[in-house]
Amino acid sequence: MTHSPICPASRHIPTGPDARARLKRSRMSEITPALVAEHGLSPEEYGVILTALGRTPNLTELGIFSVMWSEHCSYKSSRLHLKKLPTTGPQVICGPGENAGIVDIGDGDAVIFKMESHNHPSFIEPYQGAATGVGGILRDVFTMGARPVANMNALRFGDPGHPKTRHLVKGVVAGIGGYGNCVGVPTVGGETNFHPAYNGNILVNAMTVGTVRTDRIFYSAAAGIGNPVIYVGSKTGRDGIHGATMASAEFTEDSEEKRPTVQVGDPFTEKLLIEACLELMATDAIVAIQDMGAAGLTSSSVEMADKGGVGIHLDLDKVPCREEAMTPYEMMLSESQERMLMVLKPGREDEARRIFEKWELDFAVIGEVTDTKHLVLSFGGETVCDIPLGPLGDNAPLYDRPHVPTPARQPIGGLAPRNGVTDDLVTLMGCPALASRRWIWEQYDHMVMADTIGRPGGDAAIVRVHGTKKAIAITTDCNPRYCFADPVEGGRQAIAEAYRNLTAVGATPLATTDCMNFGNPERPEIMGQFVGCIEGMAEACAALDMPIVSGNVSLYNETNGVGILPTPAIGAVGLLKDYDRRTDIAFKTAGDVIWLVGAPGRHLDQSVWLWQVEGREDGPPPPVDLAAEKAMGDYIRNLIGNGEITAAHDISDGGALVAVAEMALAGDMGAALTPMSHAEAFGEDQARYIVTAPEGVAIEGTRLGTVGGASIAVGGTQVGLADIRTAHRDWLPDIMTR
Amino acid sequence: MKAAVIVFPGSNCDRDMAVALRDVAKADVQMVWHGEADLPDVDLIALPGGFSYGDYLRTGAIAAKSPVMAAVVKAAAQGRHVLGVCNGFQMLTETGILPGALLRNAGLDYVCRDVPLTVEAADGAFCGDYEAGGTIRIPVAHHDGNYFADEGTLDELEGEGRIAFRYAEPVNGSARDIAGIRNRRGNVLGMMPHPERLVDRDQGGTDGRGLFTALAKALG
Repeated sequence: MTHSPICPASRHIPTGPDARARLKRSRMSEITPALVAEHGLSPEEYGVILTALGRTPNLTELGIFSVMWSEHCSYKSSRLHLKKLPTTGPQVICGPGENAGIVDIGDGDAVIFKMESHNHPSFIEPYQGAATGVGGILRDVFTMGARPVANMNALRFGDPGHPKTRHLVKGVVAGIGGYGNCVGVPTVGGETNFHPAYNGNILVNAMTVGTVRTDRIFYSAAAGIGNPVIYVGSKTGRDGIHGATMASAEFTEDSEEKRPTVQVGDPFTEKLLIEACLELMATDAIVAIQDMGAAGLTSSSVEMADKGGVGIHLDLDKVPCREEAMTPYEMMLSESQERMLMVLKPGREDEARRIFEKWELDFAVIGEVTDTKHLVLSFGGETVCDIPLGPLGDNAPLYDRPHVPTPARQPIGGLAPRNGVTDDLVTLMGCPALASRRWIWEQYDHMVMADTIGRPGGDAAIVRVHGTKKAIAITTDCNPRYCFADPVEGGRQAIAEAYRNLTAVGATPLATTDCMNFGNPERPEIMGQFVGCIEGMAEACAALDMPIVSGNVSLYNETNGVGILPTPAIGAVGLLKDYDRRTDIAFKTAGDVIWLVGAPGRHLDQSVWLWQVEGREDGPPPPVDLAAEKAMGDYIRNLIGNGEITAAHDISDGGALVAVAEMALAGDMGAALTPMSHAEAFGEDQARYIVTAPEGVAIEGTRLGTVGGASIAVGGTQVGLADIRTAHRDWLPDIMTR
Repeated sequence: MKAAVIVFPGSNCDRDMAVALRDVAKADVQMVWHGEADLPDVDLIALPGGFSYGDYLRTGAIAAKSPVMAAVVKAAAQGRHVLGVCNGFQMLTETGILPGALLRNAGLDYVCRDVPLTVEAADGAFCGDYEAGGTIRIPVAHHDGNYFADEGTLDELEGEGRIAFRYAEPVNGSARDIAGIRNRRGNVLGMMPHPERLVDRDQGGTDGRGLFTALAKALG
């Protein structure tokens, strides 16, 4: 130990008998093997701690190692593989490693975005779990200087008939709305799946997109020895202690008892925090800033110091606390929400304090940047923690976990559809996989800020860059059933589908964020899913020029040894340079010709039709031809840019006929189509779109029919649009209000 | 026209309102912090939507006690024009400038969607550019928009032509489908739907423009 105390002890004399009692309590616990195990640390990991410190840690230090080395914070099982993802490109200003990714959109504007999971807390306490998920991702974005302009989400629930599903759907949706609506950031879209594999572990992935001027971006690396470290926002309470550790373990029957580890959100304070931070960011007082997310004060201080290659000293007596007699252990591990840590330029404290006081937020100078490369904590006049930063951050444990590839599946063949194509269409449009999600997004304010010009329900949401002709298109995508059947192909497909959804509104895809949700990485087959999905995603991101600029990994989504479907949720952002050159999915004019762009459908294996009509989830997913995706995307974007087509829709879940029906419902106009086989109607072959254009416009594709009437007619049979609408509209509200 | 948009902690439609007033009503707009005790000399005071004070206690209740609200009450009594949208409407009932209260939606859920409104009163500074009996489409976004007043008050509102807009389909359980009301003198309008959100084609409609063009004509 070469470190010497930085602060003279006289600066923080114990504040009375109470402080001394607290200190004593936090030092009393003997570090036993059981206590180490309770902290989620293996005996080997504990051995590394002993070596790093050259002594036995105290309880506070053990807690700090425990959260920093949790899977959630350290990415110890995933780091090795995440490196395979492409993360650079001329459009990328900042890739993974910061609070969020940053992409250039020209004219001195940039977008900052990231998606993050809040799975474990949302299962235990759906409203607060989901709400604080939104709060956390918002902070990741405005920490970097951006004003958040859109929220998205990707949700996975269990079987609709499972006794817990309705409760979880209701709570999660209310929580996302409760937070986003109050903060005043529109929730413009997302996706929701139901599958029995999520019965014991739902997925709540929240994404925020913000806009910033490129000369007003803020980073988290602390700098300037002696610069003050500032705490702002809400006070610290005992909520969420060990949230990160909880999120790094499997669930068992008694997981409900973990409710106290779920944080409680206060979106009103978050709104004030956004405004106060942006007001301070308009000055040049900030050196570095970082939100307190998972592992709260611990991870924020460690990351800031580690990134800056400096040390940090915090005086815990100065931390604003909400509860009496909090120990250093509790303060450092609390995940109380709506808090930020900043390093200011010297002498700028008063200016900053005035802004935070105007917004009625706590503001406290709690420490300073040091040259020690150690995290040092004082409390009651004594040093209660002194840890070298290396082992906490960059040199945290790294595992190359054994992984086995998922066996290839054989095509099933010999399918003999029993029903007519139009009958199956009605079934599919009202099935859990494809029915309207309107019940969900009507609970989200998707219009606040008045720049939403592509609302939920289309391929991608569109939000204007305020005061310009530019707009950002946003989508979230993943087909976990494909990923389960073939992780590599599923990984490719998730990126390809995001690419198509951005393309279908006319946007040029820019970059991607990912939220990697998987089961227990200590099982080789689960690790194989993870490695496979990464491989497919990496290929697709490179081929489609959509680098990954930010992301998050959530492992141990298992209950009693049963894992979820592998779910690499993708959030992607595209740019419309001129939002007048955009389109949507709605049929516009009777008589327009309906075209299939791409090959006729053939692939029914793993389709929604096979699942929902035949009750089977067999075979391989449709193969993805990335060169074809790219060519087809460029072609569609040109058609939209040139104003040659009147509507566009990508073909994904459900196939071509479902895409046509969705376009018909959006425009309230039917379609008359030439006869189709089930494979042509419901095959989920990739790299395909449906477009409409006036008669006479030459489209390179297959003419399927024309827009018009009040039904979908396929050859000689037809079904009324009203029947499709009823099935599509009512399924979700019916199960939620039953 | 000169307009002031009052900003409370937790307001989040303040910018949207300012943009609509500037772009459509061609107003000279200034933002006024809730802590101000005096109002600038303006023709229109706008109380924007949002979640002032996080909707804690009751929607609009804490904002109604803000320093600036005493000045708003006084200005309204003097005949200055006041527009309250969504949370702004809730503040107007909380201060008693308008009668009644906004309760939790009958369906208990937050609701955000375009709704058809019937224009009941096509006159005055706010509604003069709409057609009486016509239907306009304006979005709502609220959790507490269920208008309540006693029968006597409701009869009075009807009798005096003070109901400005009614929902043309069920939305939140409002008494007599009330979406917006005026004070007796006609210089104060409170409404739950957000006209400032549909003022240009790209937003998906322009039915909100009429309110701002009418204000421009009436207030210069």
